[in-house]
Amino acid sequence: MSEEPILAVEGLTIDIPMAQGTLHAVRGIDFELNRGETLCIVGESGSGKSLTSLAVMGLLPKRLECAARKLAFRGTELQGLPASAMRQLRGNRMAMIFQEPMTSLNPAYTIGDQLAEALLLHRRVSKAEARARAVELLGKVGITAAGSRLSQYPHQLSGGLRQRVMIAMALMCEPELVIADEPTTALDVTIQAQILRLLVDLQREMNMAMILVTHDLGVVARVADKVAVMYAGEVVEQGTAKEIFGHPSHPYTQGLLRCIPVPGRTKPGEHLGSIPGIVPSLIGKVEGCAFRTRCDLAESACAKPVPIHRTQGGHAWRCIHSRTKKADTERMPA
Amino acid sequence: MARDIDTLAEEIQGPSPAAILRRRVFGHYGLLFGATALLVIVALAVLAPLLAGHDPYAQSLVARMKPPFWMEGSDPNHLLGTDHLGRDYLARLLYGARISLAIGLIAALISGLIGTTMGVAAGYFGGRVDLVVTFLVNVRLAMPVVLVALAVVAVLGGSLQVVIVVLGFLLWDRFAVVMRSSTLQVRGLEYVNAAKAIGCSTRRIILSEIMPNILNNLIVVMTLEMAHAILLEAALSFLGLGVQPPTPSWGLMISEGKQMMLFEPWVIAIPGVALFILVLAINLLGDGLRDITAPENRS
Amino acid sequence: MLTFALKRLGLAVLVALTVSAVSFSLLYLSGDPASAMAGESATSADIEALRRLYGFDRPFLVQYADWLFSALQGDFGQSYYFKLPVSQLIADRLSITMLLGVCGISFALVTAIPLGVAAAVRPNSFIDRTALFISVMGQALPSFWFGLVLIVIFSIQLNWLPPSGSGSWKNFIMPTVVLGYYAMPAIMRLTRAGMLEVLNADYIRTARAKGAGEWRVMFKHALRNAVVPVVSLAAVQMGFMLGGSIVVESIFALHGAGYLAWESIGRNDLPTVQALILVFAGFYIVFTFLSDLANAWLDPRIRVG
Repeated sequence: MSEEPILAVEGLTIDIPMAQGTLHAVRGIDFELNRGETLCIVGESGSGKSLTSLAVMGLLPKRLECAARKLAFRGTELQGLPASAMRQLRGNRMAMIFQEPMTSLNPAYTIGDQLAEALLLHRRVSKAEARARAVELLGKVGITAAGSRLSQYPHQLSGGLRQRVMIAMALMCEPELVIADEPTTALDVTIQAQILRLLVDLQREMNMAMILVTHDLGVVARVADKVAVMYAGEVVEQGTAKEIFGHPSHPYTQGLLRCIPVPGRTKPGEHLGSIPGIVPSLIGKVEGCAFRTRCDLAESACAKPVPIHRTQGGHAWRCIHSRTKKADTERMPA
Repeated sequence: MARDIDTLAEEIQGPSPAAILRRRVFGHYGLLFGATALLVIVALAVLAPLLAGHDPYAQSLVARMKPPFWMEGSDPNHLLGTDHLGRDYLARLLYGARISLAIGLIAALISGLIGTTMGVAAGYFGGRVDLVVTFLVNVRLAMPVVLVALAVVAVLGGSLQVVIVVLGFLLWDRFAVVMRSSTLQVRGLEYVNAAKAIGCSTRRIILSEIMPNILNNLIVVMTLEMAHAILLEAALSFLGLGVQPPTPSWGLMISEGKQMMLFEPWVIAIPGVALFILVLAINLLGDGLRDITAPENRS
Repeated sequence: MLTFALKRLGLAVLVALTVSAVSFSLLYLSGDPASAMAGESATSADIEALRRLYGFDRPFLVQYADWLFSALQGDFGQSYYFKLPVSQLIADRLSITMLLGVCGISFALVTAIPLGVAAAVRPNSFIDRTALFISVMGQALPSFWFGLVLIVIFSIQLNWLPPSGSGSWKNFIMPTVVLGYYAMPAIMRLTRAGMLEVLNADYIRTARAKGAGEWRVMFKHALRNAVVPVVSLAAVQMGFMLGGSIVVESIFALHGAGYLAWESIGRNDLPTVQALILVFAGFYIVFTFLSDLANAWLDPRIRVG
């Protein structure tokens, strides 16, 4: 019998009550994640990827309504779990790294205090031990002179350093699951690669499961074991990285892949692809394929409930076409 | 038919700015209450000679300390009773409203002129001008308002004009602070740069590009300072060093009623409640205007 | 931090000097302090004698320099009315005003901060609306009238508290409430606004993601950051309150510095009034200076350059 998955999500929906009606921000998504695996959730802003990760952490704002058939961490159903039990998990067995390193650290406390707090909240250790662990992790995330950094305040560090601190903080308790929500978006391009490399190395070293939320397909190609492509609150396609990049089957995924240049294949002066149109409003009742307003292959059937195609290997996509004619875009970005 | 087109337009483009404003105004109970109460008080003050039915200064030895209508022994001729000199309390209250409104309005205009000039200059020119204005605001804030106002009024003599001018010269600090930061915000915006780029004069930029865009903040501060001035005048008159008797100032009425409040609490209750409602109305109007013009500031 | 403190101190001194000049010259607005002092029944010879006695015949700037120099040494001259050194008069009265000020600001903080926090944690809830109601009422309530109403209710009707005097702690309850209620609305609103802003900050989400409990998030992570502007405001309000003590002390016949100011103004006692304006301004300047230092210390972005 195989090990219980680290995270199993089935039929997750998130609704946002608004003055104009209910916004169905996330509509019935499923995924599963095993120890040591990296799942990349890809999609444009507003597709619900950040909300999904916050929902797993139990950090959604209270006014949002979140429901799922299953939302289980190592077999423990998280829905309805008492707040105290949820707190036991958060920061301890599952941790999160946020998009904005500049504002995600408390300006009033030192790096050392904030790192140590993560451990002190969950382990019966002395302050000195917690600080020692903080130094150890700061070293691990590549911060030099870690000991002297402990007494510094967030404003004294650059964005890249702060994100390293955030990573160290997330790893203080050696979590089994790390959720990184666009951890490199706010950083300089040169730093982005370093931080990403670091995350992936640490993930392998500590054998954690990782959810990486991103809109950067280049990143996905390099680190993902599994990929879930989200569009307008739904997972429109998911599968192994190889399948997604090798046989993209949903028109949206295909469109996304056409938008990135591939070294050696994209010729000078050639136009990159783009997806015309805008994401539809998700307020009120949403029916059929949400992508149909922007899809070249849209038919009248797209307005009806859309079937999900699945292959033996677990590759699944949500489209009326079994495998579209445009599946010739077999281009692996570097 | 016209209505149909309106609704259609609203569906396509969203509500028009006027419609949004209307919705905000009528959805804001504080604003509605404040505006209505203030309108009523202004109307009462303007129509005082018609409504009062008595001369607010006319004394009557035989009709002293008549209780108001809800108490036993009241005189239907004096709805709110009479004071210790037999003057009709309703007439004094109505004429008192004129004094409070005049003081609030004129003092706020004077201080608004001073403070806005300083604040806009500081925000627009920056540098040394800003340093000087900020310093002056600091000096002004350090001066104890009530004490200075009392002392100056005592030296110059307590007439209505003196009280108004003194308050006007003391209450400009908030105007300067708010106008300075509003101007700073607006100064960096594209349309101001555009006006500079096409060679508009400084005067023109300030008057036609900056002022219209900080006007809503100015009006909000104006209402709050109006309330402030009204409260201060009442306090000065209450302390006996503001408007002098026999002027029917509400603060003075409370002060004069203080001797009687042991046995007749209504003599201080009536002008006090009037003062409270007026200040409340102006404050609610100001808060409401701020909420509807800058709704992002409210949660 | 040290340069910041020194700069700030320089500014404070400059402000104090300017205030002294303004308050000194304000009282010469009437033109002739000697005739104002002498009263309406005085003869011109009396006035001339007074003028010479107090040196009003000297040039204005000389008078100011003389006054300022003595004031710096703690000598504010003789009170015309009490025939005592002004500094002694004020020193005797100041303790009551200080006590009142401390009680008032404590009352304001103790009620305003919890109310502001509670209102921010549950916006638009019953408690938020109550807090808003209390603050709107507080801003419109004339404090002298509020004081009288309290006297009518608690001294006359219920006979629980003494209406005047300063003999026991009971004398300070009503003045504290009146003075504190004056400062409370602004502090409450600022706490609420600050908490609302801070609670939406990313680092609050980080604290939750670490598994910190709600109380810890609220008080350790949020309030610590929201309280910084509240400290400044409390200092400013404390300064205003001491200046406003004149109203409260006159209502409750508390013989503090505010009451002294009221008496002296009514009696044209110029040296006392000038000294009191300067003393109250001095308190304001010192409080705001200290609060700026406290702010710099609370906010590491200023403390650690």
